[in-house]
Amino acid sequence: MSEAVPDSMYQEIILDHYRNPHHKGLRDPFDVEVHHTNPTCGDEVTMRVRVHDNVVEDVSYDGQGCSISQASTSVMTDLVIGKQVDEALATSDVFLELMQSRGTMEPDEDVLEDGIAFAGVSRYPARVKCALLGWMAWKDATAQAVAKSTKETS
Amino acid sequence: MTAVLADRADPVGTPYDVEAIRRDFAVLSREVNGKPLVYLDSASSSHKPRQVLDAERQFVEQHYSNVHRGVHTLSQEATDAYEQARATVAAFIGARHDDVVFTKNVTESINLLAYSFGNAAPGSRFALGPGDEVVVTEMEHHSNLVPWQMLCQRTGATLKWFGLTDDGRLDLQAGVITERTKVVAFIHQSNLLGTVNDVAEIVRRAKQVGALTVLDAAQSVPHMPVDVTALDVDFLAFTGHKLLAPSGVGVLWGRGELLADLPPFMGGGSMIEVVEMATSTYAPPPERFEAGTPVISQAVALAAACDYLSAVGLDNVAAHEAALTARLLDGLRRIDGVRVIGPDSMDMRGSAVSFVVEGVHPHDVGQSLDDIGIAVRVGHHCAAPVVKRYGVPATTRASSYLYNTAAEIDVLLDGIEHVKRFWA
Repeated sequence: MSEAVPDSMYQEIILDHYRNPHHKGLRDPFDVEVHHTNPTCGDEVTMRVRVHDNVVEDVSYDGQGCSISQASTSVMTDLVIGKQVDEALATSDVFLELMQSRGTMEPDEDVLEDGIAFAGVSRYPARVKCALLGWMAWKDATAQAVAKSTKETS
Repeated sequence: MTAVLADRADPVGTPYDVEAIRRDFAVLSREVNGKPLVYLDSASSSHKPRQVLDAERQFVEQHYSNVHRGVHTLSQEATDAYEQARATVAAFIGARHDDVVFTKNVTESINLLAYSFGNAAPGSRFALGPGDEVVVTEMEHHSNLVPWQMLCQRTGATLKWFGLTDDGRLDLQAGVITERTKVVAFIHQSNLLGTVNDVAEIVRRAKQVGALTVLDAAQSVPHMPVDVTALDVDFLAFTGHKLLAPSGVGVLWGRGELLADLPPFMGGGSMIEVVEMATSTYAPPPERFEAGTPVISQAVALAAACDYLSAVGLDNVAAHEAALTARLLDGLRRIDGVRVIGPDSMDMRGSAVSFVVEGVHPHDVGQSLDDIGIAVRVGHHCAAPVVKRYGVPATTRASSYLYNTAAEIDVLLDGIEHVKRFWA
């Protein structure tokens, strides 16, 4: 980044994740694959989730979109992979709360790690959906994966 | 009622005084993110001059009442103003007074038609059924696509379309319009590509098979002289908010003899003749298609906007925009990694210019431009099949209007260089 704009939503952390996304690329094994789109801008993500013993064992994805949607999805995979499903869902709720805060919430780095960089994005309502695309896809896929495993074990 | 601009508008042959025009639009002197606003999103919605706001305010403060309902003075004055607005709008497009229907916007105008066609008795010229065809184009705004998809689903008719060429033109291949075609609905100027379509040729083919023609003129009526008689279409729709008027008022124009035969879309007050408990008869057009209290003050404001544009002169507006568009296209050609989606020449083209910057998502282009005060539109522009056709997820679109300047085009071009450096 050569010409940083003061107060821009484009924090260095976001640009790093955008340029070098974590956990990107679709992988096996997985329990559920979902495809989510943002109808207002055409961004899309295909996401696979593997849940084993109530732990989010893997999340892999592919997609196209703006820096905010791609970086947010990358940060999300860091935050949920390896966590208990309940714990990961709680983190996702905290991120959702941050994104709906319109810039009024002081994010907790212990909980959201690199996700705190998105606090500024919450001041741009038109971009909040970008930041939530990957998270919503993950929540959807995880709910389906949990339902599937419950069915299989019962 | 509407402001006279004779003191300011430029007679033919004198330089176009864009600075004088800009003084009528207060918002153009504000700053965004510490920079002078450069508003290049008029294809999405235009700004409103003081004269339009004054006309609406004066009407509401002095003459407002419901229309077509009362005997008191205000009711009469409001009705007169509303009908005078209809006359002004009609004259603006070369139409008869009674052939102009006020709607909410183009979307409502097209839905009005599609639902009225669906309400037509079997055997009527508007009725559709299995075996009949509706023809659109691949460059339609969703407002002139989805209502026809829905009509086809309701009636069993088949939807067909003209595709697009690589350079952003309609591919008017034979065999799309056939003897089975009942309706040909198409856009005059593409909101995404900027392409101006060959109305005469499409109308000629439609007439050969006796099909009705519907023109989405949302992007043409505000920007160039449009005369419904010269265009020879059967129906035409446009909206106020892209034409210096408030949002909430749009227009459907139809040939008088067609409107006379067309069944209503919405039922309710104002659109009736005799109402009994079991059945009703309907008023003649245009009231038949204006159920309920209409948009009153917005219609008055739309007439003031038409007067404003007439005073400046639509030919002058079109020439001014063409100069800005040529400057923009020329500048974009000089920037590496920028690709124009749509016609790259000034031939049959309007002022909406879509482009992509290699390696930078349009949302990020738009956000980075906003950081330096430039307002452009990003996304699929309510024409998702078009971006898909050109293999991009979205585009950035700059669209100019009568109040934009060559200097603003240069600010945008510099801004794109800034975006490229930021995202390099």
